[in-house]
Amino acid sequence: MANEVILGEAPKAVLTPSGGKPKGKDWPSFLKLAPGLILLGIIFGVPLAWLLRMSFNTGLPGGGIEEGLSLNSYSTFFEASFNLELIWRTLGLGIVVTAGAFLLGYPLALFLLRTQSKWKSLLLVLALAPLLTSAVVRTFGWIVILGDRGIINEALMGMGIISTPLSLANNELGVAIALTEILMPYMILTVATGSSRLNDAVLEASATLGGNTVQTFFRVILPLTLPGILTGCLLVFVLTISSFVTPALVGGGRVFLLATEIYDQAVQSLNWPLASAISFILIALFAGVLVGYQRLMARLDWNRS
Amino acid sequence: MKTKVLKRWLILAGVFLLFIFLLAPIIITVIISFSADNILRFPPSGWSLKWYGEVFANRDFAGAFRVSLVVASGASLLAAAVSIPAAMAIARGNFRGKAAVESFFLAPLLVPAIVVGLGLLLVFSPLGLKGTYQGLILANAGLVIPYIIRTTLLSLTTMDARCEEAAQTLGARPLTVFRTVTLPLIIPGVLSGVVLAFLLTFDEAVVSLFLVSSRVRTLPIAMFDYVQTRTDPQLAAVSTLLIVLSLVIVVIIERIMGLRRVLR
Repeated sequence: MANEVILGEAPKAVLTPSGGKPKGKDWPSFLKLAPGLILLGIIFGVPLAWLLRMSFNTGLPGGGIEEGLSLNSYSTFFEASFNLELIWRTLGLGIVVTAGAFLLGYPLALFLLRTQSKWKSLLLVLALAPLLTSAVVRTFGWIVILGDRGIINEALMGMGIISTPLSLANNELGVAIALTEILMPYMILTVATGSSRLNDAVLEASATLGGNTVQTFFRVILPLTLPGILTGCLLVFVLTISSFVTPALVGGGRVFLLATEIYDQAVQSLNWPLASAISFILIALFAGVLVGYQRLMARLDWNRS
Repeated sequence: MKTKVLKRWLILAGVFLLFIFLLAPIIITVIISFSADNILRFPPSGWSLKWYGEVFANRDFAGAFRVSLVVASGASLLAAAVSIPAAMAIARGNFRGKAAVESFFLAPLLVPAIVVGLGLLLVFSPLGLKGTYQGLILANAGLVIPYIIRTTLLSLTTMDARCEEAAQTLGARPLTVFRTVTLPLIIPGVLSGVVLAFLLTFDEAVVSLFLVSSRVRTLPIAMFDYVQTRTDPQLAAVSTLLIVLSLVIVVIIERIMGLRRVLR
């Protein structure tokens, strides 16, 4: 890989105006940026603005929309206890999946960081490749594994351990298991790429100074990998609370979350104002988590310097 | 000494189990796709290729595959066309608010796909873009701009910019410099970004869900609809074909740039 060589040494080159007057005119920066900015505007800017406006309208039964500037959609949402449960269930799922992805992904990431195996790069690709496999495909795989007549239940019943199938799918448990596996590679990725300061030297130093395994873990390894862990947790959490395909399929229409409710309101009930309002509640949760993450990261930096 | 060996084996066993968990749905799907049974059963009672035959004979999947191919190609090329100049401007240009522009280009990764999908439904419906190739291509191109910008920027900032300078001093016009010097040097980044974009748009299943119609429907959406009505090994066969596509693209990216650097 030729570009690997350049990577290490190349100084951040700065393009300085050279002596000779360049022939021909280069496009000004704004012309180069314009097409991309326009496309992003069409795909993200306009729809988000439209959604915000829509959320202040009022949905009428049967798909009608009463134009106006009211908070009716928001108050309708917060008045129903079913909807408040949606928020708690979504956040709860986010916490469970984040914890699961951390508990399973972190040890694997540490192993991949420290292993001397000649298979190291193959193992790393194997751990990350699932990220590039369709979510629909992996969700289908989990249905085959967790379903009432899935692999686990058939095996357990075949061995006579249980007589009726365990409910592993069509509920929160199945969704949590599938999402943990689907999002775990993000945790591995952020810990494995964000922990370059964890090297032989610091581990040797810890050993020389008489640190045992537990001390080395809590006072050297954990602090050095903490930024990667936090970024991984952030990614897994926000991707969980906005995930739709896995809850819809593994949940079998029986797991109600903010994302599934947005879809149901928009496509089944045709209540676009309410769906828009729920979208902004989801975005608010996103923003809240993001701000918390940035505060934590800033504090880590501050503690270090 | 003995405890050390034991510890090593325990670690290896743990790593093995974690990999099994991580790869379980993919492995199971591939195995089931060769089943001879008419229902999902594991292990299958016999083996056959009949489900692959069914997939190729299934008009729904064949049509959806064609739609996905057109949408993914169109979207990744459109995204590349707008992202490469933008990455050039961010890496080489000298203008105010550069940091803000860069983070704006990467920001879409922070908007939940389900929200983008709903927003686009609201905007595209009155414009007649719902259920059209144009609508799907535009939406998917927007979604993958950040990925192409990122890989292209990675190449642009690690290449030696003095090469461009030299060509310029020797009298090459800007477009010639770009074509003969810059582009060949950043091609790994551009290519990684484009194949990644192709794969991501080929697999995209949330935003597209709001934008498809019964006539123009992408493969992941056809699969999504299929799972909701029935589950048989046919879906495992389609899935296996998609897994093979992912595998090919993973190998390409790993070869030209390294998967770890492209994904982070």
